[in-house]
Amino acid sequence: MLDLVSMLNHERYSPRCYVAALTDNMSLSKAQRLEESFIQQAAANHKARYLQIYRSREVGQSYLTSMATTTIGMAHGLWIVFRVRPDIILCNGPGTCLPICIAGFLLKVLSFKWVVMVYIESIARVRKLSLTGLLLYKLCLMDQFFVQWPKLKNKFPRAQYVDRLM
Amino acid sequence: MERDSTRGYVFVTVGTTSFDALVRIADSRACREALLSRGYSSVVFQIGRGSYIPQKSTGDEDSLKTNYFTFAPSLADFIKNAALIISHAGSGSIFEALRAGRPLVVVANDALMDNHQMELAEELAESKYLFCASPGTLVNTITTMDLSSLIRYPASTPLAVVQALDQFLGFSNQ
Repeated sequence: MLDLVSMLNHERYSPRCYVAALTDNMSLSKAQRLEESFIQQAAANHKARYLQIYRSREVGQSYLTSMATTTIGMAHGLWIVFRVRPDIILCNGPGTCLPICIAGFLLKVLSFKWVVMVYIESIARVRKLSLTGLLLYKLCLMDQFFVQWPKLKNKFPRAQYVDRLM
Repeated sequence: MERDSTRGYVFVTVGTTSFDALVRIADSRACREALLSRGYSSVVFQIGRGSYIPQKSTGDEDSLKTNYFTFAPSLADFIKNAALIISHAGSGSIFEALRAGRPLVVVANDALMDNHQMELAEELAESKYLFCASPGTLVNTITTMDLSSLIRYPASTPLAVVQALDQFLGFSNQ
């Protein structure tokens, strides 16, 4: 994701708000370092924001308790999205981004704000979509749905195949 | 097999996971002998959250110099200078090794229930960018692998996505 952000036009795609799972200790500080490098390269216009979201489901968590944590994650996602009111949501899942995507879609529908929704399936998904990817694809929530392997494009024709991101 | 002791070190990495089965088999006598026979002079283990601790050793003529650590802020230097990388199947580790152009053996973690990670490793192995193994087959893979059969992985960038996004949003491309 950060490779992708570093290649975006920093003026156009600004200000940037990064959202990571609460239990993720590394991603936000990596994002911070990236933003600091932008400041060094050129004048930074807007200050970046860093937010954490409750994870809907940890790896290996039982499906029963997952229902409760997903509800919390969903409420938190709604809170974040309705506060930040983004123009574009750019995510690569899985799990953590699902509440954000659903909230973004609701924001679009309820408040007539045009929120561009972009999902990039993980490079580790070669033959099958992740559960998050599958849900987002089937529900047609995303404006752009990118996959990184041709086999997925064959199985999911509405996806855009973009070759690998790394 | 030639015994070229300038081959350098083997880097065994499990990323942020716990993968005792890999560390244990890589630390086993059979595996050490296999690595020595292929000309490697030392091994560095990055053991992550694992509980199995390899034996440190300064190494002499007949044994592998051994060292280990749990985590580091960046594995880039360890990967860049390794003569061989033996890695768990995490996509981050795999691509770091491939982009550094180092020979790579990816080891499946049989204990993981949903092992979708191996999809990636198998696909890349089919294209001959790396070798795949399980803890049970690792020694055999090391003994028989033909490093000259590996193809250098053609690194890619997110440019295609950036361009698609710019186009979708109506920005003219730079």
